Amino acid sequence: MLEIKNLHVRIAEEETEILKGVNLTVAAGEVAAIMGPNGSGKSTLSYVLAGKDDYEVTEGDILFNGESILEMEPDERAASGVFLAFQYPMEIPGVPTMNFLKAAMNAQRKARDEAEYTTPEFIKTVKAAAGELNIDFNMLKRALNVGFSGGEKKRAEILQMQLLEPKLCVLDETDSGLDIDALKIVSDGVNRLRDPERAFLVITHYQRLLEHIVPDSVHVLYQGRIIESGDKSLALHLEENGYADVIARAA
Amino acid sequence: MNIQKTAAEETLGFMLPTRRVESFHYTDLRAMLRDLPAEASADGGDNGYTPLVDTHLVSFNDGKLSGEQVLPSGVIMTADAAKANSVDINDAIVAMNAVSAGDAVEFVISGDATKDKPLGLGHVSTQAARSGTYHKVTVKAGSEGHVIERHTSSGGVASLSTTVSELVLEEGAKAVWYIIQQENEAASRLARLNVTLEQDADLSIFVLNAGGKLVRQEIKVAVNGENANLAIRGVNLVGDNAHIDVTTVLEHNVPHTNAEELFRNVVAGDGHGIFQGQIKVAQPAQKTDAQMACNTLLLTDEGDFSAKPELEIFADDVICAHGATVTDIDDEHMFYLKARGIDEKTARALLIKAFVDEVVEEMEAGEVMEEALTGIIDSWLDENV
Repeated sequence: MLEIKNLHVRIAEEETEILKGVNLTVAAGEVAAIMGPNGSGKSTLSYVLAGKDDYEVTEGDILFNGESILEMEPDERAASGVFLAFQYPMEIPGVPTMNFLKAAMNAQRKARDEAEYTTPEFIKTVKAAAGELNIDFNMLKRALNVGFSGGEKKRAEILQMQLLEPKLCVLDETDSGLDIDALKIVSDGVNRLRDPERAFLVITHYQRLLEHIVPDSVHVLYQGRIIESGDKSLALHLEENGYADVIARAA
Repeated sequence: MNIQKTAAEETLGFMLPTRRVESFHYTDLRAMLRDLPAEASADGGDNGYTPLVDTHLVSFNDGKLSGEQVLPSGVIMTADAAKANSVDINDAIVAMNAVSAGDAVEFVISGDATKDKPLGLGHVSTQAARSGTYHKVTVKAGSEGHVIERHTSSGGVASLSTTVSELVLEEGAKAVWYIIQQENEAASRLARLNVTLEQDADLSIFVLNAGGKLVRQEIKVAVNGENANLAIRGVNLVGDNAHIDVTTVLEHNVPHTNAEELFRNVVAGDGHGIFQGQIKVAQPAQKTDAQMACNTLLLTDEGDFSAKPELEIFADDVICAHGATVTDIDDEHMFYLKARGIDEKTARALLIKAFVDEVVEEMEAGEVMEEALTGIIDSWLDENV
């Protein structure tokens, strides 16, 4: 489903290269975890997948279902099924969450030549999904993410993911800032979406999240390259030993 | 300095202010009104004015009272009041109004006759001509006045309409006054609202500029009674080729009064927007609390916005704050919306609308009026963004 080939990325208008030849393949139905120390390029990878224009791809390619997405705008990528759950979801004053959800859901349906939701259908769908994630429906009448707690913001991200039904879900440190109960709710939300037709790229610092969202593969990103890949036992190894020996092996 | 009168000034009988007059620095009337339209001819026929919402309507056609007025018992209208005049260069709009043909109408509001159905002052300009209307509205002690002053013009007509409105809130009176300007893109409009607030008066003003070529709306408030409360909110939508200037002067003359001023502006194309906000706190006006904010979204490199806050404070125990920002649409906000599949144009419209709708919401205008206001904003955004 996702093939990242020799991906080199730098910050636009700067010389500093952040990703220095990332190779990664994630199959449909797979949950791949990306771990790595601070500054290794994890968030950059998630932004590049979503199409943020602060970054410049200088070499390599990203194939989604066999086709390059590098020339696609973020909204086109989203409509084709790429979803990024942000590490820091934006607060957008003045835009009620419900209006935003409706605009997003209908924009994607329109891009896929599907009929737009009617208002009653839309409200029913959102209410059901919000209930599963323990989100108070009244919260969704407020401006998007404005005044939401850290946990509420992350749950709102998962709500959007559930409603937009993407093919590739990129979760950028979705566990940061969550207490144990919120972590459970968010993980359950992700697990409900696991599907043979859907792939996940779970970016995290901690093994803790991977106890809840059990990955099929674990990859270590260090200094802009994947230096080691393995199964879920690699995450346990990192938790116990830190990154030092993996980095030493790669050197 | 050239002291020879221009042809326009010969017609008016006085000199128009140049940019050398500080309060007209950004709106040089002498240069901008070189071609002064002739006075509107008397008409006063039914102009087919369509009200925005249901009101007790008094409508004006090219400055003249038009049609019939059916007013409730709590509103007393006098049709031939005297216009105000001034020789102060800062009052050029008042002077212009005095020498432009048009009716002067006075209203006295008592009780709550306008609470559910406001007094509507509906203006249409149909001629490429100059007109001047004058309103005086007094809200009696303890009464409540709701007024919607609205200005429109026939498509493409290069009219020059002026309006001077005087509003007096007696002791304990409450009022909500809307100024809704929807002139066509060739029309010019010069206006002044003079307000006097007595003790315990509570006034909320909302200004919506959504049209016009040259527009200057002045609001001058004398806060003369203790515990008076004033809120001025506004949305200025400055389109391509438009010049929209909102100039406010608040004079706090007595202790314990509050004023809050908030303007949100959107500049499209090569529009020019101006906000001048003056707050004067006299020496006896201790415990004044005055807040002023002016936030602008500048959508292009060609457009501009000038914001000039001025505080003159002679009392020592006051809270006065002002802030002005000019920004473009936030890239991070754009990326977030696009990352959810919302296309660029829709995302921009959503963010601009959010920026100005916040001010409309703060008015708590009621569902019908709020929808009418956001409807005007939406259609402006559709055409200009």
